[in-house]
Amino acid sequence: MAEHDHKLIHAFGALAELGQEITNKNNFQETIRTSLHLISGALGIMRGAVARFSRFGHELNMLAIRGLGDDFPLSLSLTLEDERQFLSCGLTPIDIPQAKVLPFFQVYDASFERRSLELFVPLVVRDEIVGAIFLGEKATGEAYTNYEKEIVCAMGQHIGVAIAQRNLMAEIERHAEENRQLFDEMRSTYHDTVKAFAAAIDCKDKYTEGHSVRVGKFSEIIAMELGWGAEEVEGAAVAGYLHDVGKLTVERKIINAPYRINAKESKELNGHPGVGFEILQPIHHPYTDVPLAAKYHHERLDGRGYPDGLYDREIPYIAKIVTLADSFDAMTTDRPYKARRPAKEVVEDLQRNAGKQFAPELVTAFLGGMLKELQGEDRTKRFRRLLGRDYMEAEGIVETLKYTLNEMAPTTPMTYVAAAGQVIL
Amino acid sequence: MTTQSAVVSSLEPVKGTAVIHAGDYINKLSGEQIEHECKRKLDEGCKELILNFADTEIVNSIGISILLGVIDTASNKGAKVVFSEMNEDTVELFEMLGLTKHVTLA
Ligand SMILES: [Fe+2]
Ligand SMILES: [Fe+2]
Repeated sequence: MAEHDHKLIHAFGALAELGQEITNKNNFQETIRTSLHLISGALGIMRGAVARFSRFGHELNMLAIRGLGDDFPLSLSLTLEDERQFLSCGLTPIDIPQAKVLPFFQVYDASFERRSLELFVPLVVRDEIVGAIFLGEKATGEAYTNYEKEIVCAMGQHIGVAIAQRNLMAEIERHAEENRQLFDEMRSTYHDTVKAFAAAIDCKDKYTEGHSVRVGKFSEIIAMELGWGAEEVEGAAVAGYLHDVGKLTVERKIINAPYRINAKESKELNGHPGVGFEILQPIHHPYTDVPLAAKYHHERLDGRGYPDGLYDREIPYIAKIVTLADSFDAMTTDRPYKARRPAKEVVEDLQRNAGKQFAPELVTAFLGGMLKELQGEDRTKRFRRLLGRDYMEAEGIVETLKYTLNEMAPTTPMTYVAAAGQVIL
Repeated sequence: MTTQSAVVSSLEPVKGTAVIHAGDYINKLSGEQIEHECKRKLDEGCKELILNFADTEIVNSIGISILLGVIDTASNKGAKVVFSEMNEDTVELFEMLGLTKHVTLA
């Protein structure tokens, strides 16, 4: 077999292996290092390097380097003239010793000469420079033949595509990251707006200062106790923050009335869920129907609520959550005509009204969360922060909670029977 | 093809000489083992590396590249590289790619 054929077969073996290396989803750095090995081994080249072009820095940064020594620059800058020239060359190998007209070869002349670099191949993919290959002299000492340059070209094309692909991936990741940041910003803006609204609503009612914010927090707690996902929990909080937004249109003196309001006034006040719905309708929350929560937060399971007198299943779940949070806050804060009631009484009230005004499973979830905190299983101190330490740690509250939860949601049939005082053996 | 051990090295009685036996197939994996072993010997102050290719049947491109790297490293450290007991095909390949120009044949 003629030596030429032999060389061709050897080189094609390397080319085939290179194709495989690049399509295997290996580590990028490793792929490039292997690629350099393959070119070197295909043609018997002792020294060389593969670099990636940074379009922002206008420089070639080394990805893999063999035998060029520690003093060889790891980053080589290009002028616009160099870039133009390399782009027009495409993948054609440039003979370094003859290319001294370009600034690039003038600047790095000493480094190239010291290591006897012979070929420079700009890697151009879809009209963009993505990198370059530097090759030293062949081990035989002979000049590169045309067919060897063609092999270098073919291999360079593979490497160029690998780099271009990697760049694309990096860009996609960057975009995803940017998007995520943008989304986070939008989200926090949205939250700030919601909180500002809640503060505006609460401003109107001096006796129930902080009501909307607390209802938001209680709704959040209920959703968390139900095991909802982060977005849904957030949605529940927003629904709570905004549930009384309709009160913005109710006369201040009615809201602040230090007496039980009359029928006409009560009609105006009772219009606030409907008004709230109108105001909130343009708000689209991806996980929660905030407008519906506002519209139906005064409905009751037994159909005796307002504005529509809906029954249990007709009431949206989120509205049931806000109803519980809303009533709980009303019971646990001082009102113009009513002082706040002790926690124990409130718990009993919630139990008594479960199934009538409140959804029982929400009451048990909420009280369960409260018990967890008082027993130290939950260290967030959510309730203590919202209601005060003394209030939450009043005597007998833990027992009341345990008893109530046992009655409402028995953990075993036996405890239920025992709690009801009818032990059957 | 059964590869026993890709590389076996031993320090010859002559001081400063190391013999490294290449396996039957020199590819990336076994090549890197040879490279690693050679570097270790050179770091130990070895002045002559004898690579024995008695078992070697195939050397792929990466194997060639790694051997070229070994030759380069050795010459930078002023050490001599000897290739010994190559079969006909291996000699032909090494000659074609210029490796034999940089080593002593034995
Ligand atoms: Fe309300
Ligand atoms: Fe309310």
